[in-house]
Amino acid sequence: MTMYCLHQKPKVRGHMPVMLPMRLRADGLPLADRLFNLWTLTALVLALAAVLIGPAFAQLATPDERTILTILLEWTPTLAKGFGFNVLISVLSMLIGTIMGVFLGVLQVSQIRPIRQSAWLVTQFFRNSPWLVLLFYCILLIPFQFEVFGVKVPFPGWIKAVIGLSLPVMAYTSEFMRGAILSIPTGQWESAESLGFSRRMTLTNIILPQTVKRVLPSWMNLYAVLTMATPLVSIIGVDDVMALTRAALSAEGRADLLIPMYLYILSWFFLYCYPISSLTRVLERKYSVKL
Amino acid sequence: MTWTPQQPIVSLKDVHKSFGSVEVLRGISLDVMKGEVICIIGPSGSGKSTLIRCINALNDIQAGSITVEGLEVNDPKLDKLALRRKVGMVFQQYNLFPHKTALQNVMMAPIKVLGQDRAEVENRARALIAKVRLNGKEDAYPGELSGGQQQRVAIARSLAMNPDVMLFDEVTAALDPETVKEVLMTIKDLAADGMTCILVTHEMGFAREIADCIYFTDRGVIVESGPPATFFDNAQDPRTQQFLAQIL
Repeated sequence: MTMYCLHQKPKVRGHMPVMLPMRLRADGLPLADRLFNLWTLTALVLALAAVLIGPAFAQLATPDERTILTILLEWTPTLAKGFGFNVLISVLSMLIGTIMGVFLGVLQVSQIRPIRQSAWLVTQFFRNSPWLVLLFYCILLIPFQFEVFGVKVPFPGWIKAVIGLSLPVMAYTSEFMRGAILSIPTGQWESAESLGFSRRMTLTNIILPQTVKRVLPSWMNLYAVLTMATPLVSIIGVDDVMALTRAALSAEGRADLLIPMYLYILSWFFLYCYPISSLTRVLERKYSVKL
Repeated sequence: MTWTPQQPIVSLKDVHKSFGSVEVLRGISLDVMKGEVICIIGPSGSGKSTLIRCINALNDIQAGSITVEGLEVNDPKLDKLALRRKVGMVFQQYNLFPHKTALQNVMMAPIKVLGQDRAEVENRARALIAKVRLNGKEDAYPGELSGGQQQRVAIARSLAMNPDVMLFDEVTAALDPETVKEVLMTIKDLAADGMTCILVTHEMGFAREIADCIYFTDRGVIVESGPPATFFDNAQDPRTQQFLAQIL
């Protein structure tokens, strides 16, 4: 039976609501799914069109003033660089966070109780901390440069931001891994054991490869959410797309530019994240029926 | 203690096993000689599966002793790998590795655990797959195979470790009636080759045909045992008679 009963009731006779997953209400859906659908896309495109075209007519009377569209196009290369920086930060945070998270998730199912409990504690701590606070901590606690053998190695803010954002990614990945590992039938462990596999070999050769499929949809969803969270780094002084947008706005000094420009940036994030969250939904549907 | 083929290959002496306060095995003793096929039958919850799982240390025991080729299974310093090389096990739910093909399932343990040469293992694995009559299914994933086929791959996977004893834990219980036969045929071939087999089964006709000795367990003890002919036609204990009357 498919898990996705949001849009249509399953056509199964005698279907029992108690057997369905709890995720039936829209506010139980992942953030990316709630924010992104074709309706928001349409609204966004219409709004952008209205804002661009409307003032363009109004400005016919004053031809010496550049149109909003022209200004946006002029700023596009600069803003694109900033956006590229957001993407870079998201990719690096995801990479670091995932590696640490997989490791932490494995520790969470350790047979040694103190290890299991400390891994659990670390996971819960970072999973339940606001991302912005973690970012501030990283900025304040990590020095701006290190001395390695007398050579001063600078440690710029954006790297600190990457570390700050990788911490929640680590915690979420750790939880995904724990769930996925525990969802593998115990028969897999037993048959591996009876074939002489040690626990560690069973984990790396048999259990972890099977978790990939289970974790992938949630992990991609996490990436979309992370990308949307990257503008947070502008608050701690990293020149990302948001910081550059603010700079562009103050340079132009035009109030009518405010809404179109932010809408412009918003649409970039949308175009970047929407395919990811769509793919996530496809994968979720594909893998959910499996047993 | 060194083991000689004149001694029992598997020997259980007064084995006790409890899960919490529930005593599942209450003094089980049995001996299996090399090349023998024994079947353990009995009502659900009588400890059959627990008994067989104790033999390859998937479950530990609280008292008594189990030896496999002279190897003390209950020894805390037991070299588990040495035990697992001697004892192969096939489960009710097949437990194949779903992300590997049939051939890879068979090849994995000899390569990863024993560090044997890949080419040599592959030849042996292909021969084993042919032996369980699954030629042409080498590259199929477990999800693409029927239950009976999966179970035969599981048997080949166990055999790839060259065990001396095979344990079968209700291996046909999850299968369709028509696929049961093909799995039983495979086990019969094995027994004919002289493999020592310990089976937990509900297939009475098969047990009668294949076993050298039948053990009937109930509530954690062996109630009665004997060669199939005596056991099935001339059961002595009233509990055995009652059980046989229900299922035959």
